[in-house]
Amino acid sequence: MICVLYLNRSHEYILNRAEACIMEIYADNAATTAMSPNAKSAMLPYMDEIYGNPSSLHTYGQKAAASLYEFRKTIAYYINADDKEIYFTSGGSESDNQAILTAAKIGERNGKKHIISSKFEHHAVLHTLNKLEKQGFKITLLDVYKNGIVKPEDVRDAIQDDTAFVTIMYANNEIGTIQPIAEIGNICREKGVIFHTDAVQAAGHINIDVKKQNIDMLSISAHKFHGPKGIGALYCRKGIPLYTLIEGGAQERGKRAGTENIPAIAGMAAAFKEACEKIEENTIYVTELRNKLIDELSQIPNSMLNGDKFFRLPGNVNMCFEGIEGESLLLLLDAKGIAASSGSACTSGSLDPSHVLLALGIPAEIAHGSLRLSLSEYNSKEDIDYIIKAVPEVVAYLRDMSPVWEKLQKGEIKYAIQ
Amino acid sequence: MQYSEKVMDHFQNPRNVGKMDDADGIGEVGNAKCGDIMKIYIKVNNGILTDVKFNTFGCGSAIATSSMATEMIKGKPIEEALTLTNKAVVEALDGLPANKIHCSVLAEEAVKAALYDYYKRNGIEPPESLKSCSGCCSSCSTCEEIIC
Repeated sequence: MICVLYLNRSHEYILNRAEACIMEIYADNAATTAMSPNAKSAMLPYMDEIYGNPSSLHTYGQKAAASLYEFRKTIAYYINADDKEIYFTSGGSESDNQAILTAAKIGERNGKKHIISSKFEHHAVLHTLNKLEKQGFKITLLDVYKNGIVKPEDVRDAIQDDTAFVTIMYANNEIGTIQPIAEIGNICREKGVIFHTDAVQAAGHINIDVKKQNIDMLSISAHKFHGPKGIGALYCRKGIPLYTLIEGGAQERGKRAGTENIPAIAGMAAAFKEACEKIEENTIYVTELRNKLIDELSQIPNSMLNGDKFFRLPGNVNMCFEGIEGESLLLLLDAKGIAASSGSACTSGSLDPSHVLLALGIPAEIAHGSLRLSLSEYNSKEDIDYIIKAVPEVVAYLRDMSPVWEKLQKGEIKYAIQ
Repeated sequence: MQYSEKVMDHFQNPRNVGKMDDADGIGEVGNAKCGDIMKIYIKVNNGILTDVKFNTFGCGSAIATSSMATEMIKGKPIEEALTLTNKAVVEALDGLPANKIHCSVLAEEAVKAALYDYYKRNGIEPPESLKSCSGCCSSCSTCEEIIC
């Protein structure tokens, strides 16, 4: 909780406003997180002290190479992988692309052109699958049901003789629901099908064990666990020949060319270590904040939580408020100093609402009124109290000017949320 | 995507918000599936729009364009309100992001729908320009099925 001058904020319109002091609450940690001080200080020496190119043979280069090796080991350690199975990438999207294209190439070579995924994957997955579909792959997108969770038996039922791979996210980015990864991993291993999971939202927040969970490939992104932006990693199990997206050098064992972004990798390793060491502690604290927020916001009439209440990320709250639209809710909350997100069509540039909420079977008119508040251990109890006070006020204000709400109240249309 | 200062002003301090019990014309356009519904109420006295109110379900620019459109026709003769275009609303707001232009179309259509309703209530044949009003911006995929 910080009190800042409106003048400190960049938007032009705010510059002209007279309000002097507001709360500033960041509740959009699923979009990105503040960097941890540890991660930040871990990066600094690699800017101007240990700045050598790890591919160089001289001492400068070898110092950098030694550090790079340590960072790789750190990432590997916390997901129970081998350091040779970790490839640094530019982030979650690149990791997803590389994993999926790799699995598709392997499948194609073996005459397998069927892919299983879910309806509510991140676009880094869905768009890559669309591309593969145009190249002749068959895609099965599994239902995620009302609670936002894939059923392992659906995965089993969907696997065919020509299934190349399964890609199911670890936890959903919008509604935070956690998928039965170990069960899906078991089924895939048993059937001899490659299993990739986009763990961008889960890594650093939930314990991951690629061996126990039978995960073949896994994508992570540093800025979702208080690391720097523009850096991520792909875990690829030994024996799976990774397809190279970026050609031009021997970095990352020839699988990803380009001089390694060592400062960012240092930051990611420090942030991942810190996050994984504190998983239990953070889970308890953040879950308590989340549950309080869910319980209190659920008191708003005709509101509902999207996705399973229990199998969800500690920090994720995603709710729909009937009769209002998400972008206006978001902007008014921003004016009150609360940074949140919405599955509203209007925030995404397209006019159709979130594919995730639609996948849950939520009608478009309700999905427009969604709000995602994603918390982290950097949020305080006071933040939650402030949000609990602000959201009902803004919802009531918008409902008061909403012709949809008027019709609902007059009984001209029926409430979708009771 | 960035809203102009004027859009933010009209969104955060919307003019003419409210309902009208004794309206002489009411126009409602849009559809909740697309994420925008605008309802405009007009009060007409001696051919002048003496009062205008709106209710809107929609994003920031939907609220801002409703607010601006009502400001632009309030106190004006009906003939002038008939000439309101979405372009004029956009210009008055110092522009809108490209994917929000449909909100201004909706605002124009809402005004026209209210005028159409006024003519109908008074047994006057509405001018040709009002008859083309679809009541829908046709900007989103879910909208196609709606016939206004």
